[in-house]
Amino acid sequence: MAANNSVNISFTVNGERFNNINVPSRQHLADYLRSQGFTGTHLGCEQGACGACTIEMDGKAVRSCLVLASQANGTNLKTVEGFDDEMMEKVKQNFLKHNAFQCGFCSPGMLMTTKEILLNKKKLTRDEIRSEISGNYCRCTGYQSIVDAIEECINEIN
Amino acid sequence: MDDIKVNQNPKLGSLDRPNSYIGRSLPRENAKKHLDGGGQFVDDLTLPRMVHVAFLRSPFAHAEIKSINTNDAKKSDGVIDIFTAKEIDEVCKPWIGTLGHLGEMRSPEQTPLAKKIARWQGEPVAVVIADSRAQAEDALELIEVDWVEKEAQVNMETALDSNAVIIHPELGNNLFWTRTVNQGDVEKAFKEADAIVETTLDFARHTGVTLESRGIVADWNKAENKMTIYHNGQAPHMMQHIIAKHLDLNEGLVRIVSRDVGGSFGIKVHVYPDEMAVTAISKKIGRPVKFIADRLESFTTDIHARCHKISGKLGVDKNGKILAMEIDDLSGIGPFSMYPRTSAIETNQVLNLSGAPYVIPNYKAVGTVVFQNKTPMCQYRAVGHPIAVAITEALIDKAAYKINMDIDKIRKINFIPDNAYPNKCPSGVPLEDLSHEASMDKLLEIMDIKEIEAQKEEDLKKGVLTGHGVISMCEVTNPSPLFYGVGGAHISSQDGASIRLEGSGAIHLSSSITEQGQGTEAIMKQIAADQLGVEMESVRVTLGDTDATPYGGGTWASRGAGIGGEAVLKAARKLKDNILNIAAAIMQTDKDTLDIEDNNVIRKNGGEGISLKKLAETVYYRGHELPKGTNAELLATASFLIEGIPFVFTNSAMGCQVSIDQDTGIIKINKFWAVEDCGTQINPKLVEEQIRGGVIQGIGGALFEECVYDDQGNMQNATMADYLVPMAYEMPDIIVDHVTTNSGRSIIGAKGAGEAGTGGAPAVIMNAINNALKQVNAEVVSQPITPEKILKALGKI
Repeated sequence: MAANNSVNISFTVNGERFNNINVPSRQHLADYLRSQGFTGTHLGCEQGACGACTIEMDGKAVRSCLVLASQANGTNLKTVEGFDDEMMEKVKQNFLKHNAFQCGFCSPGMLMTTKEILLNKKKLTRDEIRSEISGNYCRCTGYQSIVDAIEECINEIN
Repeated sequence: MDDIKVNQNPKLGSLDRPNSYIGRSLPRENAKKHLDGGGQFVDDLTLPRMVHVAFLRSPFAHAEIKSINTNDAKKSDGVIDIFTAKEIDEVCKPWIGTLGHLGEMRSPEQTPLAKKIARWQGEPVAVVIADSRAQAEDALELIEVDWVEKEAQVNMETALDSNAVIIHPELGNNLFWTRTVNQGDVEKAFKEADAIVETTLDFARHTGVTLESRGIVADWNKAENKMTIYHNGQAPHMMQHIIAKHLDLNEGLVRIVSRDVGGSFGIKVHVYPDEMAVTAISKKIGRPVKFIADRLESFTTDIHARCHKISGKLGVDKNGKILAMEIDDLSGIGPFSMYPRTSAIETNQVLNLSGAPYVIPNYKAVGTVVFQNKTPMCQYRAVGHPIAVAITEALIDKAAYKINMDIDKIRKINFIPDNAYPNKCPSGVPLEDLSHEASMDKLLEIMDIKEIEAQKEEDLKKGVLTGHGVISMCEVTNPSPLFYGVGGAHISSQDGASIRLEGSGAIHLSSSITEQGQGTEAIMKQIAADQLGVEMESVRVTLGDTDATPYGGGTWASRGAGIGGEAVLKAARKLKDNILNIAAAIMQTDKDTLDIEDNNVIRKNGGEGISLKKLAETVYYRGHELPKGTNAELLATASFLIEGIPFVFTNSAMGCQVSIDQDTGIIKINKFWAVEDCGTQINPKLVEEQIRGGVIQGIGGALFEECVYDDQGNMQNATMADYLVPMAYEMPDIIVDHVTTNSGRSIIGAKGAGEAGTGGAPAVIMNAINNALKQVNAEVVSQPITPEKILKALGKI
């Protein structure tokens, strides 16, 4: 069993450099990030079904529970703690305004999915928004308030 | 600031004044931390020398444990120790999940780890303690258990048969609890009825699927004899008592901290064997111990809910007046009744609440609760309500169809009139301050039934089956001591609030109510700031820490706003009174001429006032300046308890329209409406979001969610890819409206709003589907209503 094997990698998280880090070869990226204090990345199912652990890897949304930490070698990662640009601040204000979260456990993943929707710069109908976020599970809200918030973000951007 | 919603509670004062926050849809500024990744969930906590555990769980639904060999596993990397029942039982005493107020309940002793026999797939039997969770899991694979698989009693319907597998031989059979309610004379009334309708409905097991799984960090500090538990639970003081009792600790030296909780819905209010084992391990090894359930553990060990089969019969006269109702409910609860709330309550609620909105002079209800070899079942959001509401509303639709009456009309002529409260459920449970008539009127107004009927005909021409339904229901909220305390459970029905003005002029508030995302902190802040006359921003709130908050029950049974909110209101009014007394002494004036606005004591007739900051500085730092004998108390506490009735009920009316594709059996919810009467709405937006979230959970139960078991008691779909939860694409927008009937039990007048959606949605969805299917003489009677069940009903498969 290669339980103790490790891999030496370098990457950045929210602009912070991680140089020549040894990560266990079997550890997934979400576990590694959480172990380093990036606890905004949440784990809901560890099989890619719930979307809570969604983060940004080189500009693309990935399920950090389905990516090995070692696969982050050479990449730039962004977690919810790093969502602080003007667009994401606006998104957060709309989430707050519409109460688009209750317990907050799904929010990091939901924000990342929202970011991807907004970067595509497409005008979407409510049904299309629902389709876009259908990979992110939220048990609290029933989704309507999240759709409201994203709809307002789209209207502001386009 | 958001629009003022009309607040019909004169006890709360005018809305047209500064710092009027009750009744406004203010955003939860305190919750923004979650959008910045700054929540503090249990798994986010790391303590020095903390260790991790993984449980070896029974792979069988019923099996004898001949022996457990941990020798090889103990040598595995990072392993600190491995315990079985023997070691854990040295530290933790067993418990029994029965209460004394509902007749005889029979459930055996339960221990954290199974001894000799495992009784459900997922029951913990051994635990590995290691430096990391991954290492603990590695070692699990090296533990050798000599299992002897036994036949399992899986089906609740055969659990009382003479050839059933007896799960606890010492009890003689698999009966946990039974109750009969008999009001009036149903037999005589059925003989007099012009029409009698009957149905039998099935409700599958489903579960809470909180996105954050159960988690606990137990930290025994030997030097202080103190146990600190970081726990994502709903009732910290209940856990404090239970951990002290079973680990033989000084209760005052057990501290429960519940910071951010990632959803609970009743799942996280119970005592779980694995969590008790974790506290015992910390006590034994003297180190902090963390356990976070993985998703497989959540599905097989979080409590399940529902699992009912209910038969019902309703008799009406030719004018549609209900003469009698009879129900017979069977439920399976797994091998143990959960501790300390018991697994009898869901069935008890079915018996209490069936027929609740209506005048039903003759009512008989029988409930039977049996053991089976499946995951334990217990209270989950809207306990019993989906079953009680669905059977009642299905029978009423059937009666309407039989005597050819409109579905809204038959309800209206049978409602307990809005002006006839106080009144009683058919079961005899007291009711007050409800508005079924007004709520149904409002629902019909926003639904536009005529347009819906017209669309139904249009759709039928295209081969699409469209139907609609309307229902009424009561929701149990704000329970009194008659819910649990009277039966011997140490679960507080009283809650407290403590509020102080600090030297900086800031207000600090603490409450025994907890937060799992509903908005507890936000509404407490609104109440305190409103009643004191200060800006919201100046109030800081502490919740979820038995060392820092007043004693109380926590958050469950939709009790936060109505009970905890009233305590905050009373405490804030006391503090305001104290402040005005001090200000009157400083300003050498009559207290009645003063008020507080925007953090300043003002003279009502004009003239210079004093800021709360200055007043606090005088009190704390220059007390010698105060007139002699001034009672300078800047701390106030208050408590509140519902007295005299078991619960404060709310009521709702719901409607929906569905369309069914006859080729695929796929159901589309076109529209959903909910009218809720929860009395005073402290924050209308948060109330609406509780309704919406609740409705979606109810839709989950109605259409998707089921813990599927095979004949041997193996759960077949214990992953989030296989167990279907509502996702955004399938869910409708929900139109929410309100009727306001304040509770007369409190000044604030608020009732609960957390569970009605989950309680009512399964009934209205099922009625709408059957309204659609009726056009082709088909019917469904089993939830979840899957496309497969629709196609079977249509005779296509």
